[in-house]
Amino acid sequence: MAYLYVLPAYLVFGLFLLVPLGRAIVLSLYEWNGLTPATWVGLDNYRDVVADEGLRAAFGHAAVLIVFYAVIPTVVALALVATMTRARLRGLGFFRTVLFVPQVVAMVVVAVAWRQIYAPDGPLNEVLRSIGLDGVARAWLGDFTYALPAVGFVGTWVQTGLCVVLFLAGVSKIPRELYEAARIDGAGAIREFFTVVLPALRNEISVALTLTVIAALRNFDLVYVMTSGGPGSSTTVPSYEVYRRAFEIGEVGSAAAVAVSLTVMIFVLTLGITRVAERGTS
Amino acid sequence: MVRFPRRTALAAGLAAMLVAACAPGDDDESAGQSPEPTSDIQTDPSQMGDVTLVVWDQEVRGGQNEQIEELNAAFQEMYPNITIERDSRSFEDLQTTLQLALTGDDPPDVVQANNGRADMGAFVEAELLSPLDDYAEAYGWDERFPESVRAVASYTPDGATFGEGSLYGLAQQGELVGIFYNKAKLTELGIDAPLTWEEFLAAVDTAKQAGELPLPFGNVDQWPAIHVYGAVMNRDVPTDAIRDLGFGRSGADWTSAENLAAAEEISGFVDAGYFTEGFNGAGYDPVWADFGNGNGVFLIAGTWLLADLTAALGDDLGFMLPPPREGQPPVATGATSLPFAITSANENQDAAAAYIDFITSADAMRVIAEKGLLPSVDAGAQPTQSSAQEEVFGAWETVTSEDGLVPYLDWATPTFYDTITVALQELLGGQATPEQFLQRLQDDYAAFVGG
Repeated sequence: MAYLYVLPAYLVFGLFLLVPLGRAIVLSLYEWNGLTPATWVGLDNYRDVVADEGLRAAFGHAAVLIVFYAVIPTVVALALVATMTRARLRGLGFFRTVLFVPQVVAMVVVAVAWRQIYAPDGPLNEVLRSIGLDGVARAWLGDFTYALPAVGFVGTWVQTGLCVVLFLAGVSKIPRELYEAARIDGAGAIREFFTVVLPALRNEISVALTLTVIAALRNFDLVYVMTSGGPGSSTTVPSYEVYRRAFEIGEVGSAAAVAVSLTVMIFVLTLGITRVAERGTS
Repeated sequence: MVRFPRRTALAAGLAAMLVAACAPGDDDESAGQSPEPTSDIQTDPSQMGDVTLVVWDQEVRGGQNEQIEELNAAFQEMYPNITIERDSRSFEDLQTTLQLALTGDDPPDVVQANNGRADMGAFVEAELLSPLDDYAEAYGWDERFPESVRAVASYTPDGATFGEGSLYGLAQQGELVGIFYNKAKLTELGIDAPLTWEEFLAAVDTAKQAGELPLPFGNVDQWPAIHVYGAVMNRDVPTDAIRDLGFGRSGADWTSAENLAAAEEISGFVDAGYFTEGFNGAGYDPVWADFGNGNGVFLIAGTWLLADLTAALGDDLGFMLPPPREGQPPVATGATSLPFAITSANENQDAAAAYIDFITSADAMRVIAEKGLLPSVDAGAQPTQSSAQEEVFGAWETVTSEDGLVPYLDWATPTFYDTITVALQELLGGQATPEQFLQRLQDDYAAFVGG
C-alpha cells in the first residue's frame, strides 16, 4: 500500500528522468549521427572518453572549475560568516541580499554581463589601466592562460552568495551559550571558529559543497556564451563537449557516453561529500 | 542571410532518443523513396488541379519576411488552385526541428535546408530530398543560376560529395565575405580604395602608421576568423584547391606551399598589429558596431552587415571584393541564403518546383532587391538606394559571373568547424606555428577524404 503514495511522484520521476537516462545509456553504446541507422560499438565510446586527449583536458578544466565554484566560495563564505558572528553588523539583511543576487540572475545574463566586463576595452581593463596596471590588462577571454580562471571567477562570484546565506542560516541556530562557554574557556577568534562554528555548520557545508560541485561540473551556459570553449580549446568542459558532439558534429553516441560519464562522476562526488559529512555527525 | 556560420544542429537526435525504442535510426521507414523521375514535367501551375503546399521557411526578419509574403501572395493570386501554407521559423528553430519534421509522418512539401553536409547533405543521403535536375532543365535554372551558386546546393545522390552532382535547392539571396571600408578615413589618410591586394596591404600599413586601427577583428565567438582567413587564403591558394578543401573533396593538400604562405601572411598581420588588440577576446558584434562608430578602416565581413553599417556610416561606407593580386581573377568566400528544396515525400513535385521557380524569378529578384536584400541572381541589374548597396550588388554580380565564389571552409568535413576555429585561435594567438596549424587542418581533411 505504501508504494501507492509514492507512485505519482515516481511516475513523473521515471518518465522524465529514468527513461531518458536509460535511453542515454543505450545510445552511448552506439555510433549514431542522428539520422541514418546506428551501429553497435559496445564500450568503444567510453574507451574514447578515457583515451581522447581533448576530453581528458575538458575533465581537467572541470576540476579547475570545482576549485573556483566550490572550494573558494566555501572558504570565503566561512571567513565572512565567522567575521559576522564576531561583530554585530548593521544592515546585515542588505549585504545578504546583495551577495545572493547573482544566484537569482539567469546564468546567461551573468555570462553576457561578464563577457562585456572582460572585453579588451571593457570595464575591468579600464579600471586596471586607470590605476596604472597597464601590464595586467589583457583580453581576458582571448588569453590562453587566463581565460579559464576568468570563467571560473564568475562562478566564484555567483556561488559565494549562496554559501554565505546557507552558512548564516546555520550560524543563527548556534546557541549564544556555546560562544560564551568558549570565550570563558579563553578561546580566541580562531579557536572559537574551529570548535564552535565549524562543527555546527557541518551539514550546511555539505549542502553548499554538493550544490556548488554540481554547478561546477554541469557548467555549460557560462562557457557557451562567454568563450565557446576557446581560445583554442582552453575552456571547454564536459557539458559543452556533450552539446558539441550531439548537436554540432553529429556524434550522438559519443555525446551520450560523455554525458553518462559526467553523471556518474557527479553522483560519486556528491555521494562522497554527503558520506564524509554524515560520518562526522554520527 | 545568416550572421553566424552554418553550424549544424542535430536536436532531432535528442528528441528521437526519447521516442525510438529500437536501435536509434532504424525506425526510418516513413522516409520514403525518391519518386520515379517523371518524363513529362508540368510547368503550368494552372493545370495542376487543387494543391496545397506546406512550406517551411526561415525568412522571418524584416525585409526577408516582407519579400516572401509578397511573393506568396502574388503566386496564389496568379494560381488560385494552389494554396501556400507557410510555416515560418527562426533559423535556430528550423535547424533543430527540420530533421524531425522530414523523418516524421507528415513532412512539409518545400523546405529551406541549410547547405552544409550535416543538413542538406545528410538529408540527401537519407533520400529525404528530391533532385531538381529535370526541373532545372525544364525551367532553365541551369543557365539562369551561375555554376558557383548552384554548386553550394549540389550533392551527389549518395550525399557523399558536396559541390557537384545533382541540384537539390535554389536560393533567393546571396552572401559573400568582402571588405567594408570607411571612405572618410581613406580620404583622411590620403589613399584611394585599393584595387589590388598589394595596394590593400600598403593601405593597411599606411593606416597603421597613421595610428588608425587598420583591420577591426573580434574573434571570441571563434567563427569570424574563418571569414578573415578566407579573405587572405583566397589570394594565395589556387581557386580549385580552395574548392576541394572547402567542399571536402579529395585531391587538395592543406600543407601545400600556397597554404603555408597564407598562414604565414595572416600571422604577419598579427605581428604587425593590424588587428584589434586582444582580438581573440573581443566580440564580433561590438567590433563591427565600433567600426560603424568610426573606429577602424577596413572591416573584413559578410554582406549581411550592409543594412546595419549603412545605417551607422551612411555615405562614408564603402564595400569591395577582397582585391585580387595583380593579374588574378576576383575570388571571394560566400554562398547563398538557405536553398529552397523539395521533399521526396511531397506528392506534388511539379507544383513545388513551380513555386520555387516563381520565388526565384526575375520579378522575385526585383522584390528581394527592393527590400534591401542581395538577390542571388540579376543583382547587377537592380536599382539601389545607396552607394554601398550598389557596390555589394556589383561585387556579387562580378564574383558569381566570373566563377569566383568559393565555399566556407568549415563545410569541409562534419568536424571541420571545430577543427578550424580552434586551430585559427591558436595560430592567431601565437600558440601554434603555421606548420602546426596546417597539419591540424590536414589531419581532419585527410581523415575525411581518406587520403
